[in-house]
Amino acid sequence: MPMKIGDPSFDTRVEKGLKDTFMRQAVTSAQERLKLAKGKAEEELGNWEEWRSLSEEIRAHTLENIDYYLHQLSENVSKNGGHVFFAQTAEDANAYIKEVAQKKNAKKVIKSKSMVTEEISMNEALESVGCEVIESDLGEYILQIDDHDPPSHIVAPALHKNKEQIRDTFIEKKGYTKSSNPQELTLFARELLRKEFLEADIGVTGCNFAVAESGSISLVTNEGNARLATTLPKTQITVMGMERVVPTWEELDILVSMLCRSAVGQKLTSYVTGLTGAREEGDVDGPEEFHLVIVDNGRSKILGTEFQAALHCIRCAACINVCPVYRHVGGHSYGSIYPGPIGAVLTPLLEGYDDHKELPYASTLCAACTDACPVKIPLHEMLVKHRRNIAEEKRTTLSETFAMKGFGLVASSPALFNMSTRTAPFMLSPFTKDGSIKNGPGPMKGWTDIRDFPESKKERFRDWYKHRESKKGGGSK
Amino acid sequence: MKVSLFVTCLADVFYPGVGKDTVEVLERLGCEVDFPEKQTCCGQPAFNSGYHIDTIKVAKHMITTFEHADYVVTPSGSCAAMLKEYPELLKEERDWEKRAEQLANKTFEFTQFLVHVLKIEKVDAELNANATYHTSCHMTRLLRETEAPLKLLNGVKGLNLEELPNREACCGFGGTFAVKMSSISEQMVNEKVMHIEDTKAEVLIGADCGCLMNIGGRLERSGKQVKVMHIAQVLNSQESLTKG
Ligand code: SF4
Repeated sequence: MPMKIGDPSFDTRVEKGLKDTFMRQAVTSAQERLKLAKGKAEEELGNWEEWRSLSEEIRAHTLENIDYYLHQLSENVSKNGGHVFFAQTAEDANAYIKEVAQKKNAKKVIKSKSMVTEEISMNEALESVGCEVIESDLGEYILQIDDHDPPSHIVAPALHKNKEQIRDTFIEKKGYTKSSNPQELTLFARELLRKEFLEADIGVTGCNFAVAESGSISLVTNEGNARLATTLPKTQITVMGMERVVPTWEELDILVSMLCRSAVGQKLTSYVTGLTGAREEGDVDGPEEFHLVIVDNGRSKILGTEFQAALHCIRCAACINVCPVYRHVGGHSYGSIYPGPIGAVLTPLLEGYDDHKELPYASTLCAACTDACPVKIPLHEMLVKHRRNIAEEKRTTLSETFAMKGFGLVASSPALFNMSTRTAPFMLSPFTKDGSIKNGPGPMKGWTDIRDFPESKKERFRDWYKHRESKKGGGSK
Repeated sequence: MKVSLFVTCLADVFYPGVGKDTVEVLERLGCEVDFPEKQTCCGQPAFNSGYHIDTIKVAKHMITTFEHADYVVTPSGSCAAMLKEYPELLKEERDWEKRAEQLANKTFEFTQFLVHVLKIEKVDAELNANATYHTSCHMTRLLRETEAPLKLLNGVKGLNLEELPNREACCGFGGTFAVKMSSISEQMVNEKVMHIEDTKAEVLIGADCGCLMNIGGRLERSGKQVKVMHIAQVLNSQESLTKG
């Protein structure tokens, strides 16, 4: 699955999203539930703001010294007998992963949840060399069997579906015969998946955090599927974005706690797994071979820019869960596997503005995302920075540029400002009726299509004030 | 105490009453209010749209206009927040950055000024109505002001405040967002209107004309009877509400 998803036009995607009442209901109730749970988890931990600052500091320090920590990580993975591959591009990463698969003569690959493998389209790459790839995260599995429906959320990929839709997919694709009860659905998937686990030659995982000091990787799940994917198959490949490293277990402890609380409102998820290297002599399980693929794919060019903090992201989705725009349009509208506020920031950074220049505008800049982020990424400010870049690169419409230049001119000149606000009532009078405008001209149309616009007053505040001052015998400055 | 009013372009042109009420409340509390006539707009439309070079022009003009002021008070959380953004905007120009900081430090949103500077939590006002308060995004998340307006409203005689469900949610205004992404904005403002109706309030109060223009415009379009008031109007109200 490439990073880009859905219809190429942003407007078409949004229109589709807005019309999808099932999806919107599912998203709204998930948002409410997750927000509530996160709030409780924050309260229970106490001093949430201090934990946020500490987490921000950890992430900032790590990214400032990313070369050092990645080097340390790779040394330690090698010391533990693992193989490390630095992939500059998606193609490099896939070429390496395909090579491992071919060397192992692998026919089946079982995967636990990983966004970066979606980003690089690893599944398609493996399939092209004859490997069957099975998703073992329940959400991902549902999407996979539903003709590769793209994920709409980074933690709960099938968030846009309700249980009835999931039941129907199971019936149609897998011969399911029971109800839409989540337990029955899960049990059914579990049985199908168990068989796949046993047959898989390779297990592929993502990586929530890699610990530099010991060369370990950690995985956070609620289903335990990552554990099976890393113990049953003989070969394990872990794919991580290059920013997902922490210096020591101490920082890991803090960030995992922040991740679980922010993502699902749990102190810890059901399974938090730490893995160090391949199976050693005397170990009862674990893979015989371990590969760590560290993916750059555009990340290093964000380093050192004003967007560097975007790399602090720990993929908890808290920003998505509070976003009012996401709530109404759903994840697919963003046209990227990274939706919501973090998606609107990250996608244009990784893939450029050409295909994603609407994303930074899909926000009221309400800052709910920034407030929710456990590592304090100033998401709404970054959206404005994107808008600045887009305007400066002259990618906006001519009429907008013209309007904004005009605005700058008028608002920095008292005489022009005075004149235009004084003449506004006359200019707008043909459109004004009973004190409001219901059918505005030109750019006002977007406004008056759905709400009234107030009439512009003949006696402005400044006129009233001046009048009053002159009556008092004084004068305004 | 000398106060310079930044009335904001929205209030100047569309809601002059908000400006008058702000002046009258401040004067009643013993402030000497001056209105620097050269003031224009905080520059937010251009800033949020990414036209920063054009915003800088506006910012410099506003800094100069208010340079003489002891305090700058504005009946808008959003515009106060924008004025506080100037130092960051001008960080490449040392001198201007300093002057911007001075402006930022002496700028207060109206209710903030009353509660934190004048130390007044109760003004002599009366409004007999059931009302609800919209905590706008820029007041709460950019200015970090959640208490001042509520303290003041709680002191208004006859006013019964119902809490707005999901009150932290954005109303869908977002400046040019409301026009550029109007179909999304519509859904957001609909949700806000629905929550306002849930409270059964007769009056919706807010501290940002932008939000009030958005929510009010939608209420009007959908024929709802809820009256929209800026907090300065409420704090200057001396009589029971005559409906209609
Ligand atoms: S940006 Fe912050 S809130 Fe959003 S997913 Fe990343 S860490 Fe979580």
